[in-house]
Amino acid sequence: MFHLRDVRHAYNGVDALQIRDWRASQGEHWLVLGPSGSGKTTLLHMLAGFLTPSHGQVIVAGHPLGKMKPAPLGRFRARHIGIVLQRLHLMESLTVARNLQLAQYFSGLGQDPQRVREVLDELGLANKAEAYPHELSFGQAQRVAVGRAIVNRPTLLLADEPTSNLDDENCMQTLDLLEAQARSCMATLVIATHDQRIKARFARQYILARRA
Amino acid sequence: MTLAGISLSYLRVRNMGALLNVVVLALAVAAITLLVLTAEQLEERTYLDARGIDAVVSAQGSALQIVLASVYHLDAPGGTMPWPAAQAIAARPGVKKAIPIAVADHYDGFRIVGTTHDYLTHYHARLRAGELWRAPLEVVIGSEVALRTPLRVGSTFVPAHAERVAAHDERQYRVAGVLWPTGSVVDRLILTDLASVWSFHPPPEPDSVLITEPAPDDTRTITALLVQFDTPVAGAALLREINSRGDLQAASPIIETARLFGLTVMGMRVLRGFSLILVIAAGLSLFIGLYSVLNERRYDLAIMRALGASPAQLMALLLFEGVLLTAIGAAVGLLLGHALTSLLGYALRFEQVSITGWIWSNNELWIVAGALVVGVLAALLPAWRAHDTDIAQVLARG
Repeated sequence: MFHLRDVRHAYNGVDALQIRDWRASQGEHWLVLGPSGSGKTTLLHMLAGFLTPSHGQVIVAGHPLGKMKPAPLGRFRARHIGIVLQRLHLMESLTVARNLQLAQYFSGLGQDPQRVREVLDELGLANKAEAYPHELSFGQAQRVAVGRAIVNRPTLLLADEPTSNLDDENCMQTLDLLEAQARSCMATLVIATHDQRIKARFARQYILARRA
Repeated sequence: MTLAGISLSYLRVRNMGALLNVVVLALAVAAITLLVLTAEQLEERTYLDARGIDAVVSAQGSALQIVLASVYHLDAPGGTMPWPAAQAIAARPGVKKAIPIAVADHYDGFRIVGTTHDYLTHYHARLRAGELWRAPLEVVIGSEVALRTPLRVGSTFVPAHAERVAAHDERQYRVAGVLWPTGSVVDRLILTDLASVWSFHPPPEPDSVLITEPAPDDTRTITALLVQFDTPVAGAALLREINSRGDLQAASPIIETARLFGLTVMGMRVLRGFSLILVIAAGLSLFIGLYSVLNERRYDLAIMRALGASPAQLMALLLFEGVLLTAIGAAVGLLLGHALTSLLGYALRFEQVSITGWIWSNNELWIVAGALVVGVLAALLPAWRAHDTDIAQVLARG
């Protein structure tokens, strides 16, 4: 589903990340483990096409992202990749439902209020559709962020430290949610974390070492 | 969900800042609108009053005063000219139209002018009620006079003049007719026969000591003669001849009003400069507003890019916001400008100018276009910064 080949990325001339070869197939659930500063976020940003590595290739769904121009890359991302950021970054000026519609709008696939309702229902947020993000608890806001990531039925779902602020119970619930949503879209799931609690849960792990 | 919808959602959140942008721009647009509407009406009025009058012949004096007194009825007449001399000029070849004017009394601030029916024809004045004057002491009143005084058809009144011949002269004018509004000076005049004016103001008794030549038979006088020529060439020759005689003077309304406007143009320029400063201030406030907003929204912009927005869409978002704010500001400003012009007209309602806010000038389209250009210019740099949003860099920071 994606393939990172001989990828290296440097910030200010210092190597921040190095990946020789990493392939994942459609529908696999992966954990990227590593301490803070090991490049987990950088890796996710590369997979999402936010960042082009200094060296090597990132291929997602057969497309080498580094070769795409910003506008087509944006459209590709909207249709194929969903991402849940550590700081959720919902749009504060828009309601919950419109935060999801925003993702539909930028995908250029047309807006489907029915699909938005369906997703909010599934996430237990049906009664929060017209609420603004500042009126939500963290858990609710996180579910909105997940909803925004999967509303376009992505083939690759990325999550950056989704459990770092959560107690054990909520931690497992969030993982359940992400895995369930990834399954329902048949998406490949990549969770980047330093949270040791969830290590045992995933068979497929990519481990980043702390850089010197 | 559209870019416009996103912009509007931001306006809701940033309402105070947006309000400030709109208010500053609205004030600038209102000031310019006021200026344009007022200047255009004054110019049009000036043009309308002097239309078709190539020259004003009167006693020796200031040409500007002659025009102001006899065409616009804004100044006191400087002197009189003999009626026979006026008749002689009217009979000259090359003179197409000659209308005598005898300014005498006033009533409640409105001038009583002795003239002929030609004067009404010249200004396309039509009767709204009653009829034209047929006998001495009958008058026709302009629409403003009808509006501001109790005079109606059939009313009688005593003219107010400090130098009435007899202290107890109780002869009265009678209103024979009321005119429709013409938009010209006629609206503010009370018009009557020349004979009426002469009956109140008989020519002075010849002073035997000063008379060196035989007194002419006809000593009646008028204030001025409004003249229209057949051709400019004929007119130029006649003007030269009159001005060389020494006792009379011919003044051109076009030249004199151009001179007068030369003076008012200075004032207009100051006002225009002032409004330009307001426009620049409005553009700057919009620019600063959008630029600071850019910083507040850097995560939103990055998120929109992450959700698939193209750089051009983010640019469009900021440009739209700039244009939206200026469009609102321009619309509010136009309304305010018209309201202010109306207010000015109301404040000046007893003066000799009539200004209304209830007209539309084509120049207002240029004002709106100018405001939108300012909006686009102010949004251009912020829009370009939004275009260059680096998702990874912004998101890595938080």
